[in-house]
Amino acid sequence: MTTRNTFRAGPDERGHFGIYGGRFVAETLMPLVLEVEKAYEAAKKDPSFQAELDWYLEHYVGRPSPLYYAARLTEHLGGAKIYFKRDELNHTGAHKINNVLGQALLARRMGKRRVIAETGAGQHGVATATVCALFDIPCVVYMGATDIERQKPNVFRMKLLGAEVRPVTSGTATLKDAMNDALRDWVANVDTTFYIIGTVAGPHPYPAMVRDFQCVIGNETRAQMQRLEGRLPDTLVAAIGGGSNAMGLFHPFLDEPSVRMIGVEAAGKGLSTGLHAASMNGGRPGVLHGNRTYLLQDEDGQIKDAHSISAGLDYPGVGPEHAWLKDTGRVEYTAITDDEAIEAFQLCSKLEGIIPALEPSHALAQVMKTAPTLPKDNLLVMNMCGRGDKDVFAVAERLGVKL
Amino acid sequence: MTGRIARRFAALKEEGRAGLVTYLMAGDPDIPTFAKIFEALPEAGADLIELGMMFSDPMADGPAIQAAGLRAQKAGITLRKTIGLVRDFRTRDDTTPIVLMGYYNPIYIYGVEAFVRDAKAAGIDGLIIVDLPPEEDEELAKPALKGGLDWIRLATPTSDDKRLPVVLRDASGFVYYVSIAGITGTKSASVEAVAEAMTRLRRHTTLPVAVGFGIKTPEQAAEVARLADAAVVGSALVQKIADTAAKGGDVAAAVLADVRALAAGVRKARR
Repeated sequence: MTTRNTFRAGPDERGHFGIYGGRFVAETLMPLVLEVEKAYEAAKKDPSFQAELDWYLEHYVGRPSPLYYAARLTEHLGGAKIYFKRDELNHTGAHKINNVLGQALLARRMGKRRVIAETGAGQHGVATATVCALFDIPCVVYMGATDIERQKPNVFRMKLLGAEVRPVTSGTATLKDAMNDALRDWVANVDTTFYIIGTVAGPHPYPAMVRDFQCVIGNETRAQMQRLEGRLPDTLVAAIGGGSNAMGLFHPFLDEPSVRMIGVEAAGKGLSTGLHAASMNGGRPGVLHGNRTYLLQDEDGQIKDAHSISAGLDYPGVGPEHAWLKDTGRVEYTAITDDEAIEAFQLCSKLEGIIPALEPSHALAQVMKTAPTLPKDNLLVMNMCGRGDKDVFAVAERLGVKL
Repeated sequence: MTGRIARRFAALKEEGRAGLVTYLMAGDPDIPTFAKIFEALPEAGADLIELGMMFSDPMADGPAIQAAGLRAQKAGITLRKTIGLVRDFRTRDDTTPIVLMGYYNPIYIYGVEAFVRDAKAAGIDGLIIVDLPPEEDEELAKPALKGGLDWIRLATPTSDDKRLPVVLRDASGFVYYVSIAGITGTKSASVEAVAEAMTRLRRHTTLPVAVGFGIKTPEQAAEVARLADAAVVGSALVQKIADTAAKGGDVAAAVLADVRALAAGVRKARR
């Protein structure tokens, strides 16, 4: 590979980040995928589109989210100065809504009258149901039957918001199967329907489009850190399922060589057990859901189940741009087990009065390992991408507490 | 280059009739039963055979073919074994065209170069890969064509006059018209819609056109056979395997009886 002077130019016109990405979809969908790309390119150039998105982000979502100095955690760990990017304070409780608003505005622009989405933990489903209620668009959310069982509050929330939640029983009845069924719905309703994908994956232009909508996280962080400390952060840490919150935080800093970035995958019961969701640490490149990326799969190319206590990280793939950033070495990718995440979940609740979602609890567990090794003037930002209300039941059960 | 596919369509033209294309998932319901059905398909009236390559996440398939894939996976099918089934078939039948249909990832993991070589050597004639649109031709379409395999394109109701030339560029063997916007084994297209699509397709290609998705009965097959060069039946046969196996019946006999009835329907519809 030749030396590059930017990590932020991707993808190419065919949607490739190095060998990753692409448009691996059924022919029925191809004209629509091309149409979405064209519409998105036009919207990007239209100042009124960005202005409308910004208005909703400020007045409806509550952005900018604070960059908060976690003093007690910093003192406890005794190393880097730890900041939380507080995206859990967004309306609906996670970063997902940043992207959903952008795509819903695009769907409206394209004249699509119906929206579908897939969801794992339910956060993307709730965000989609929320924005569809706001914009008065009929909404169908596909959710694995297994996930419906472990995320009941979010299922009810989506129904309250007027969405139809369709249980997915095919395959392993989790996020990947929900995505399969959403794609099947899309193929059958290609004229009327816009598919709001919840992460930086899927066929081009989705990985780039979702990234762009999530970059508000990193752009705000950059400006806030400048105000608070007068310089760039040194270390960024974020959890990775599909990887949208991490991409949103990392991307604006990719061309700053002084900024170290750590993406944290879910190691489930441990990488050596095979029961995990760490596609980059324990998988290999393959093609699924419209893109080439790292996947958990067997020697016959069959996709394997992911395992994680966090339904939001329980996906056997990862966004193609992360796959590329891994191969180039620009971003480090580590993995945190269920047990380590649970410990971080409890520590953060007690020290900072913030109950984190299980997804950022993985990032937090990595911070617990990394921060003590860093000097006190190292500015570390962890993306608190979701709040833990939805996980209280799962954690209680794990800790043997009857509610 | 005239392969088995071209020769078969030429022979059908000579006979003045359309062909019957059958789709079954390789290894469904188990490998020995499947081998028995596979071997008997030409005698039962299948003019061209499509073999499904099992994949864990078949995003364009409906419940019947999803379930067939799970049965085949449980029975221990792999891509290597699927190719082996064709190799065995070829020891007895060197004329019936065989096309593999499925998704890209198992082939990508097998290795494109090795796959093309092994498929060709086993006597496989062509490929239909659902998740490889023309935009991804570098992946497999070009190596397959270079390796002597036909690359069968999918045209759909969303393929308009602007899209069709892109879709049909480098098509070979035949064109597979997916007659509905949707997944396998669900809706059926109307005769009028198929007729209109055929007129449009014929403007863009001289290749034979096979029509599939939603054809379940001999009557429907006959209607399509009047318009197209071949009718493809998949989910209905796959569902018969599931139903017969569930009742503990003779799966091979049941599915072959259906193939005979479909073949009779197609043959009746002389053009």
